[in-house]
Amino acid sequence: MKRLRFFVTDALVVTLVLVLIATACGAPAPPPPEATTPPEPPAAGVPQYGGTMILTYENDIATLDPAIGYDWDNWGMEKWIYDALLDYDVDMNMIPHIAEMPEVSADGTVYTFTLREGVKFHNGRELTADDVAYTITRVIDPETMSPGQSFYFTIKGSEEFANGEADSVEGIEVLDDYTIRFTLTQPDASFLNVVALNFSFIVPKEEVEKWGEDFGHHPMGTGPFVFDEWVPGQRLTFVRSEEYFLPELPYLDGVEVQIGVSPDVALLRLEKGEVDYLGDGIPPGEFVRLSEDPAWENRIVHSVRVHTGYIALNTQLAPFDDVRVRRAVNMAIDKERIVQLLNGRGVPAVGMLPPLMPGYDPDVKGYDYDPEGAKALLAEAGYPDGFSTFIECISVDPEPKLCESIQNDLKQIGIDLEVRTLSPSTVIDDAGTPGKVPMVWSGGLAWIQDYPHPSDFYGPILGCDSAVQGGWNWPMYCNPELDARELAARGMSDWDASMEEYQEIFQILLDDAVWVPVLHQEDYNAHSDALHGGVRDFLHPVHDIRAYMLWKSE
Amino acid sequence: MRTHTDASEQPVRIFEVADRLPEHHSQLSLVWRRFKRDRLALLGGAIVLLLILVAVFADELAPYDPAEPLHDGLTAQGMPVPSTLPATTRFILGTDSSGRDLLSRILFGARVSLTVGVLANGLAVTIGVVLGSVGGYFRGWLGALVMRFTDMMMAFPSLLLAIALVAVLKPSLWVIVLVIGLVQWTWIARVVCGEVLSLREREFVTAAVCAGASSGRILFRHILPHLIPTAIVWGTLGIATNVMLEASLSYLGIGVQPPTPTWGGMIQQAQYYYRSAPWLMLFPGLAIMLTVLSFNLLGDGFRDALDPYQRR
Amino acid sequence: MGGYLVRRLLMMLPVVFGISLITFSLTYLLPADPARMFAGPNASVETVNSIRHQLGLDQPFYEQYLSYVWRAAHGDFGYSYHFKMPVWDAILSRVPYTLQLTFAGILVELLVGIPVGTLSALKQYSWVDRLGTLFALLAVSAPPFWLGLLSLYLLGFRLPIFPLGGAGSLHHLILPALCAGAGGAAWYARMMRSTTLDVMHADYVRTARAKGLRERIVVYRHILRNAIMPIVTMAGMDIPWFLSGVVLIEMVFGWPGVGKLAVDAIHNVDIPLISGTVVFAAIVVVIANVITDLTYAVIDPRIRYQ
Repeated sequence: MKRLRFFVTDALVVTLVLVLIATACGAPAPPPPEATTPPEPPAAGVPQYGGTMILTYENDIATLDPAIGYDWDNWGMEKWIYDALLDYDVDMNMIPHIAEMPEVSADGTVYTFTLREGVKFHNGRELTADDVAYTITRVIDPETMSPGQSFYFTIKGSEEFANGEADSVEGIEVLDDYTIRFTLTQPDASFLNVVALNFSFIVPKEEVEKWGEDFGHHPMGTGPFVFDEWVPGQRLTFVRSEEYFLPELPYLDGVEVQIGVSPDVALLRLEKGEVDYLGDGIPPGEFVRLSEDPAWENRIVHSVRVHTGYIALNTQLAPFDDVRVRRAVNMAIDKERIVQLLNGRGVPAVGMLPPLMPGYDPDVKGYDYDPEGAKALLAEAGYPDGFSTFIECISVDPEPKLCESIQNDLKQIGIDLEVRTLSPSTVIDDAGTPGKVPMVWSGGLAWIQDYPHPSDFYGPILGCDSAVQGGWNWPMYCNPELDARELAARGMSDWDASMEEYQEIFQILLDDAVWVPVLHQEDYNAHSDALHGGVRDFLHPVHDIRAYMLWKSE
Repeated sequence: MRTHTDASEQPVRIFEVADRLPEHHSQLSLVWRRFKRDRLALLGGAIVLLLILVAVFADELAPYDPAEPLHDGLTAQGMPVPSTLPATTRFILGTDSSGRDLLSRILFGARVSLTVGVLANGLAVTIGVVLGSVGGYFRGWLGALVMRFTDMMMAFPSLLLAIALVAVLKPSLWVIVLVIGLVQWTWIARVVCGEVLSLREREFVTAAVCAGASSGRILFRHILPHLIPTAIVWGTLGIATNVMLEASLSYLGIGVQPPTPTWGGMIQQAQYYYRSAPWLMLFPGLAIMLTVLSFNLLGDGFRDALDPYQRR
Repeated sequence: MGGYLVRRLLMMLPVVFGISLITFSLTYLLPADPARMFAGPNASVETVNSIRHQLGLDQPFYEQYLSYVWRAAHGDFGYSYHFKMPVWDAILSRVPYTLQLTFAGILVELLVGIPVGTLSALKQYSWVDRLGTLFALLAVSAPPFWLGLLSLYLLGFRLPIFPLGGAGSLHHLILPALCAGAGGAAWYARMMRSTTLDVMHADYVRTARAKGLRERIVVYRHILRNAIMPIVTMAGMDIPWFLSGVVLIEMVFGWPGVGKLAVDAIHNVDIPLISGTVVFAAIVVVIANVITDLTYAVIDPRIRYQ
């Protein structure tokens, strides 16, 4: 009798465990807590005032100092607190902001801006041309160590100031309280873009001096939201500015950023209605399910990013100093597979520029997927048996998965690739150190336009000036002739001729195989029912989340 | 006269019975007989054997190459393929997020877990026995020094120390074996020290000292053999802990690196798919649990069989 | 008693020094350039060199170690590269969370393990015993991070009983504490079972029964009281093992404790933070050991005279 009891007990327990397993595998999940019928689209164009937007991020923001911040996370956030002289509208046209559109001299080298009156910093003081001069000088100042310094080198006297040869920048002149003049060394078609860039967000001198290095944690500007509180690792809050110079904005009372929330948990909270928007986007593992769910149809936003994901090949480290090896790697990568691993959220890349970037060449000559040809080319370069090397990759899903696909691709042509997954800041540091890393996967760090001009895809990441310690030119590629050509192209007054030049420049770069351009990614994100706005307000090509254009209903 | 038969009396009974047996009754056969009666220990032993076979013959058993992303291993939208059971022609347990066969990866994962578990434990037991013996045997400054050192190493939470060590050296199979061995020896040293402390008071040691034997000889020839049961028990139980530690390191991303499949690493990749493909997380976890469980059962079985005065 | 206390504290000192030396050596050997990390990726080589000199990183090993100890004794544990705040502040802000989780976890271990173990012993070989043993075996073999993920899935998502990670309220604490305590609960259950069994067959229990005392009094006053003692004192020795497990639980649940801080620090190669957290954890363990030993000495006077 005892035996039977043991048997029954054991059987019960085993059954219980099996039932648990079965529920995990078998039955479909209960329907999401929201209504199963798609909610009615809100009445278009009738924003309401009030409400707080809740946004999540997994990692803490590095800094909110506009001269220093260069991550995707803080890039959009800075626009909530600060303003620049000019801005972009939804179609990426330049529009006046703190300043009117400038008067440009006939030879294109002198820009004179007239500032609006009555623009106030959040401490109450009015913004004047001195503040503009201070801000731009600060970015060029070598002590600030701004990653955006080189964008301003077309301003006369900027390089001398950066080298310590001058005490100030000659080309920045304050004419009166509301007028400022910039003189350039040559015409520069991208200068207006630079003026609208985050690095040009105007900061108040007294606050910067008060906080010193810590200004990034106590930001203050003129923008639609005022910085309120920052509990590191937990929470960042902003409240509406009552004094904003565009009085109808913002609509929201405030923004609360929750930090330390992993993308999966963030999505769950979104589904429960506890959160309004996902700073890190829809987790890759959930994307297919969400996109097929009719309840989410009106809440997923989608936009094509001006982006290229690529593998950087270090041209200074053997064997990647041999162009044949670099071309072989280009031919070995199965780009379709990588797009498939991303659930089709993108297109395979042929050239280095993304399709929406001016200067994109639809007929650019790239490398077809040809593992046999790659092996032959490797043999020709002296590596018939391949070689061993490593690639650095960030540890955020799905990048390691993509790196493993690259690893498998290279295995087919005899290259033994070790995948090193590290935190994003470590990868950036390592990639920016000359002679350290042979290959870097840009996934999660990929180059997204700062502004819609191809010079943005050249200077910071492929020019000689950035092939230094701490630069973003990860291939450490330096071609002075090409640099000169690019500078000339920037100065051309004929837009079409200029773009043709850029097309040729990027074709040369592609022939030199400094990258393996892999894909152009598309952006998807999901928001709560209560949060509304245009697609470009949720996913702006340059400013990401335009919180000051979003509004909440009840 | 016996009036009740409760469990506490059983060990005595065995001895009584054994006394009346005509045949020779070595320690070993007694131990074996006790072990045989322990059903759970036998179960543990059987599973361990099975795991060892799987690890050794993974190449033959696995239907696919565990590191190979298969073309049809992903759905058209790039998601893992669920189990194709009851059909056994394709993916019996489904595929993972890169399109690799899950069953093959689990089978090969046994190789990493067992290799690391056994080798690291060999290292830990060796260090632990050596240091524990020295610490327990030598009075005076040497023994005290060794035991203070052991105390100090014991104070480090093993996982944190392991992570820090792996960060200094680069993660690879041998580094993980080394690191886990370096982190896990302290418990063994403690136990051995206690045993040696009591052993050193026994008469055979006094006799050996009188006979002029050197400390080293006494330790090696006389004391060490008595430590064998302890070594076996801790050797087995330790494998369980090491497998768990290896899985934890892989889960944190600093274990044996891809594409070598490790159960902990598989769980780490699977956690992003826990809603769309929960089986990815389930099976590696069950594999770890089964392995740790079986070694625990086996180790407990050894302990009970070798030391009859320890009641269950 | 006072003498014992002093002796015990003195014994702690070399251990603490040893811990700091080992941790410092580890961070010294880390393959990252602290000066570069401090200066940031955009600094020039000259800036990095001057920072290296400022931070004293070009000094020989023992000098660096001594200055590290000196600064640590004054409460300065360095500046975290990643979080841009003093290490001490970063750790201190997380300590309450880890403390919460640790106490809750140990509570779970004791509250679940002791009753299960006792019942198993009292009703040896019954179905209660079998169930308890099975639970213990499973709980001790399940990887804690896996348990955490599974429980998040089953009890946070499938049946939305618990919140999905993060800290904040008691509600947030339950699931992580359960997962953190599961393995330990199993261990305590088995230990409790074996000590209770030992006690149950002891002479004084037989005497108590022979005296005619009611079974309940026998159980509570004689059996349990004596069986529990070794367990409770062992709870103190549990701490290093527990801190390891806590790290994984904090990672899975996103619990902002010291363990998660340590792992994040190691992922970011944030050297001052790594050494700070590892030393902190080890010192906590040492202090816990001292307290345990003292408690033991209070309960059992024989120990004081060792």
